Amino acid sequence: MAVIEVQSISKNFGSLTAVDQLSFSVQQGEVFGFLGQNGSGKSTTIRMLLSLIHPSSGSIQLFGLPLKEHRNELLEKVGAIIERPDLYPYLTAREHLKLFSQVRKKQITTADINATLEKVGLSHRSSDKVQTFSLGMKQRLGIGIALVHNPELIILDEPTNGLDPQGIADIRHLIQYLAKEEGKTVFVSSHLLSEIEQVASQILIIHQGKKVAAGDTDKLLDPNKTIVHVTTLNDEAALLAIHASSFAGNLLPRKDGIYFMLPKHEIPMLHKAMVLADIALLNVESKNSLEDYFLQVTSNSN
Amino acid sequence: MWKIISIELYKIYKRPRTYIAFGAIAALIVVIQLGLKIDGESYAGFLMKDINDTLTVDGKVLNGYLVCYILLQLLLVHVPLLVALIAADMISGEANLGTLRLIFTTPYSRTQWVMAKFIAASTYTLLLLIWLAFLALFVSMWIFGTDDLFLMKSNYVVLIQGDDVLWRYVGAFIFASFSLLTVTSLGFLMSSMANNSIGPIVGTMSAIVFFTILSTLNIPLFSIIKPYLFTTHMNNWKEFFDLQVDANNEAIKGSILNVAKIKTSLIVLTIHIGLFVAASVLIVKKKDILS
Repeated sequence: MAVIEVQSISKNFGSLTAVDQLSFSVQQGEVFGFLGQNGSGKSTTIRMLLSLIHPSSGSIQLFGLPLKEHRNELLEKVGAIIERPDLYPYLTAREHLKLFSQVRKKQITTADINATLEKVGLSHRSSDKVQTFSLGMKQRLGIGIALVHNPELIILDEPTNGLDPQGIADIRHLIQYLAKEEGKTVFVSSHLLSEIEQVASQILIIHQGKKVAAGDTDKLLDPNKTIVHVTTLNDEAALLAIHASSFAGNLLPRKDGIYFMLPKHEIPMLHKAMVLADIALLNVESKNSLEDYFLQVTSNSN
Repeated sequence: MWKIISIELYKIYKRPRTYIAFGAIAALIVVIQLGLKIDGESYAGFLMKDINDTLTVDGKVLNGYLVCYILLQLLLVHVPLLVALIAADMISGEANLGTLRLIFTTPYSRTQWVMAKFIAASTYTLLLLIWLAFLALFVSMWIFGTDDLFLMKSNYVVLIQGDDVLWRYVGAFIFASFSLLTVTSLGFLMSSMANNSIGPIVGTMSAIVFFTILSTLNIPLFSIIKPYLFTTHMNNWKEFFDLQVDANNEAIKGSILNVAKIKTSLIVLTIHIGLFVAASVLIVKKKDILS
């Protein structure tokens, strides 16, 4: 079942089209990565999914029901954090969770609140006012508010903002746990593409408000089209040797270094060939990452 | 609905800014009461200087009832500014903090949130008024005692018997609650249109000052709109302290000179409250939350 079904939504702010005829669907239990550069329309889209912004056209369905007509009923099943973790500085972490538990129809007990504080690593600071929190701690609390009522759909807009490497890893594990162990649907946007690559099973990339790529993460990152960056002590001499080798046809016409496109399993052979050709190799790096793919599709659409 | 009203009340209760107005009112009242306690007789003498030759007043002119009247005259002009501090921040303050996103993604409609916020802001306003009433009336009665209320109007004097005063204050405070709720709803309307706190607070205060000037200016052009301005009616709590007289020019105990004026003012203020709140709901419903 599609938990999110978006059909041709657009949003205009005066003459600016922030989101342009965007359509996509998110299936139950998926971790859906939503990518785009700053100003590409990600947050506008997420705000439309949460009815914070009214679409200029198009329709949004959550859990098979139109959001416009069933807003309150549908938002009961959704937990979200949107961009910055904006909270009440004069309230404590526990007070935030208590207040936002009260607006839910579900009975949320003190034990649930304690479990949420534990889940986001804030048990030891639960009685401190938010004004004393670091950005990372606020982000954790924001995620706690999104999770406290045990929602079926979790929308996380830049959930790793302000987190240290350990915090980022914790959120990654949390997303994986929520999807795999609890069967939640997670819609996540982040500028940390490597994080999305590790957690998302589906990816949607938008650019200037339009969809530029979408699909299974595995399929988008085609292993038969791996980009390999080779660093040598003397690129000029290396290129002469490469042109004379069987990998000449895989060489990409780039001026910023030596790049090949080839199937992933041929990388060891390339490595061996260059050593045999007496090329002074410093590094051979596979660039078949989401970041490369993202840069490729967004620059193509410019 | 009660859940989100209680959330809004809790947030007001926890905000340090809430207590500024309570502190300011207490400080002002205590200072005035102290001044009148120390040098009140000369103040009373100054008030009576024009009629001392023609009228002899027995009893205690400077009593708790008169002190309360003096305090209300001074404070009911300024309390709206204190009310604006909270009311004009109710929506815009959250937009500024970014927390509107949090509350507007809960399973309650924007109309419900706006109404909950208005009810919470109104509760705050009424509590502020009760605090004012307690300090200005009951503490003054305790410090200065009670007697007949002797008031100097522009071209006549009013003497209200001691046992005929208290209910008039109850009426005056109920009337004042309508005046202050009008200010609350105006602040609320301003708040719905902005994404920062300062603009609506200054805007509300400016609107009150602007319309007060229009209400007090005796220029024929403005006379047409005066009856419809809320500021024209806000100070009509004083009508509770004007009495009807009989054929012998004796004050009729328990009477009010111009009941119709009070009724008209209450109707005008209620209409303003309704319009301001309805406009706030419409604006917030249509608004894209971009903060």
